[in-house]
Amino acid sequence: MNYEWISEFWHFRELLYFLAWRDVKVRYKQAALGAAWAIIQPLFTMIIFTLFFGRLAGVPSDGIPYPLFSFCALVPWTYFSSTLSQAGNSLVSNAPLVTKVYFPRALLPAASVLGGLVDFLIGSVFLIMMMIYYRVKPGWSLLLAPFFVLLMVLLAFSISMLLAAMNVRYRDVKYALPFIIQIWLFITPIIYPVTFLPAKLKHFLALNPMAGIIEGFRACLLSTHMDWGLVRVSIAVTLTLFIAGAIYFRATERTFADIV
Amino acid sequence: MESKTNHVMSEAIIVDKLSKKYVLGTLQRDTMLRERLISLLRAPFRKRSDAANTLWALRDVSFRVSKGEVVGIIGRNGAGKSTLLKILSKITYPSSGQVRVQGRVASLLEVGTGFHEELTGRENIYLNGSILGMKGWEVEAKLESIVKFAGVERFVDTPIKRYSSGMRLRLGFAVAAHLDPDLLIVDEVLAVGDAGFQRKCLDTMEGLRSGGRTVLFVSHNMAAVENLCSRCIWIEAGQLKMDGSPRDVIEAYMATFAAAQETMADLRSVQNRRGTGEIRYTGIEYLARSGELLTTVRSGDSFVMRFHYHAEKPVPFPSFGLRIYTELGTLVSDTSTWHHALDIPLVPAGDGYVDLDIDLLNLLPGRYYLSLWITGASSPVHDNIEHCAQLQVELANVYSSGRALDSRSGIVFFPQRWNLAGVGGELAPSEGQETRSDAQFPGKRA
Repeated sequence: MNYEWISEFWHFRELLYFLAWRDVKVRYKQAALGAAWAIIQPLFTMIIFTLFFGRLAGVPSDGIPYPLFSFCALVPWTYFSSTLSQAGNSLVSNAPLVTKVYFPRALLPAASVLGGLVDFLIGSVFLIMMMIYYRVKPGWSLLLAPFFVLLMVLLAFSISMLLAAMNVRYRDVKYALPFIIQIWLFITPIIYPVTFLPAKLKHFLALNPMAGIIEGFRACLLSTHMDWGLVRVSIAVTLTLFIAGAIYFRATERTFADIV
Repeated sequence: MESKTNHVMSEAIIVDKLSKKYVLGTLQRDTMLRERLISLLRAPFRKRSDAANTLWALRDVSFRVSKGEVVGIIGRNGAGKSTLLKILSKITYPSSGQVRVQGRVASLLEVGTGFHEELTGRENIYLNGSILGMKGWEVEAKLESIVKFAGVERFVDTPIKRYSSGMRLRLGFAVAAHLDPDLLIVDEVLAVGDAGFQRKCLDTMEGLRSGGRTVLFVSHNMAAVENLCSRCIWIEAGQLKMDGSPRDVIEAYMATFAAAQETMADLRSVQNRRGTGEIRYTGIEYLARSGELLTTVRSGDSFVMRFHYHAEKPVPFPSFGLRIYTELGTLVSDTSTWHHALDIPLVPAGDGYVDLDIDLLNLLPGRYYLSLWITGASSPVHDNIEHCAQLQVELANVYSSGRALDSRSGIVFFPQRWNLAGVGGELAPSEGQETRSDAQFPGKRA
């Protein structure tokens, strides 16, 4: 990871925009319900969660109505999980580009990471509508929300670089990914609040950077307790993953065109 | 490596001892972690890249290209031409050696890279333009001109999945033609598209050349290379075989084809054949009418194909047949003794041959494949061998015009004449205002 790599990335920022724009445009162009899918997916997951975990299992929700509690986490989670599966395949699915044109290869996972934000925004608008419905007023901590969004984007990009680069050489990634995402959902405080867990488990949970991001995002919007200890660990893990992802990507990107 | 300090660059490209190695194992498409683990368990200490699996796509290639030169790169398929272009375009990296390229590079290894079926023509122009390195404002400024160049004015807002393949090509090339680079790198773009499209491509490159740009292009179209290029490089088996004036290099290159031409094939050892085997082909020869073995077969030639056979026992009423296919597998012709109503009551046991005397081979230059068959009276197949011999047809001046036809002109030509009597006015070659093919069918009525 050096200066040249970053400056070249910046030089090609316009292509990044076009690639992200293409991803978004193509995603909705043929779907009859179009952008509604950005809401349908988290909405129905929320309904299922509310029925099974909120009502039947009686999982606590930090005093927030359970539907709002889970939806507030599902919006960033949906972004994260669908971005990983898109970006993880981005180099392989764009093989014709990789083998025929030169551009910084990291643009491809980056474009998926950016393109996913459109869905995230649509989901957020729906989230605000739900907050109004449940009469939940956010406090000053709302101003911190963009920080958590940024952290989430950075984390998605870091892991995407790792997965996309590995996927070029080992197509196992494609098969492992849905499984990893499924497990990851349960070890992230989406269905349950962090306070639901015994203190011992909480330390392990902190190693999952999505835990801090989702808890933080929820605390910003719903004024629940902000667990700064958890957030700090998440920031540290995210930065570590970013450096690891960038190093691995850079070490392997020269071979992409030969083996993809 | 040589000194890197020489920064005096009237050179657009400097390639220095360039080599590119592929380890064949890693070329496999579906690389799985499992295989890697298994091989690691089996032989944990063996180095994975043994020499047997190594393929040198390029080896020790060095050359320089000055600014303003137009260089054609020729060579057989798999010789390493495309690998060279990919390295120059930074798509892939050399295993050793150095490459330096100066100026704004546009590299066109494929027409319409990154086109998306669902997007409209206009959207694809933006996308493709930015993929090829144009800035957004640049595309915007040139949009109208690109659309006009491609001739798709009426369909700009139609998804390109509704485009014909010709429209798609034109659109892709139109974007590339507006790149305005210092150095243009083009891979065999001329191999696709119709004559009009190819004309456009050539005109564009001609324009770049007269604009003083550096162009590097790979082509199998020798006429185009000779016309456009100031210099030609021939790459053979990963090495630079010859570098010089297009005429010299092309001549030397074409001569190797004549040498490799097989005008004789032994069919005795062919395993992949069907039939009873009572009578079988044993060989083919291409002979001049005077009887000696031909060295080359050219468009418009008269010659004899001799098919040798061996009969295990007497065979009643066999038919000898031949099918000619293009390199892409299109059947050009199926002919046989049966078609000519030649009944052979009995072929005695032993060796013999039948001749197919060709008055005029009206195939255009290219490689063709022959399949041979023999059937019996109640039509059991005695022998059938698919694609068992090659017929390499070389360039010839079939219209006596000095303008050679090549494989891009189609598959066949036919005796013909253009008559310009209806044009009127002054015509340049004033002899009779009529052209005719040199080729004469014997037995043609005067």
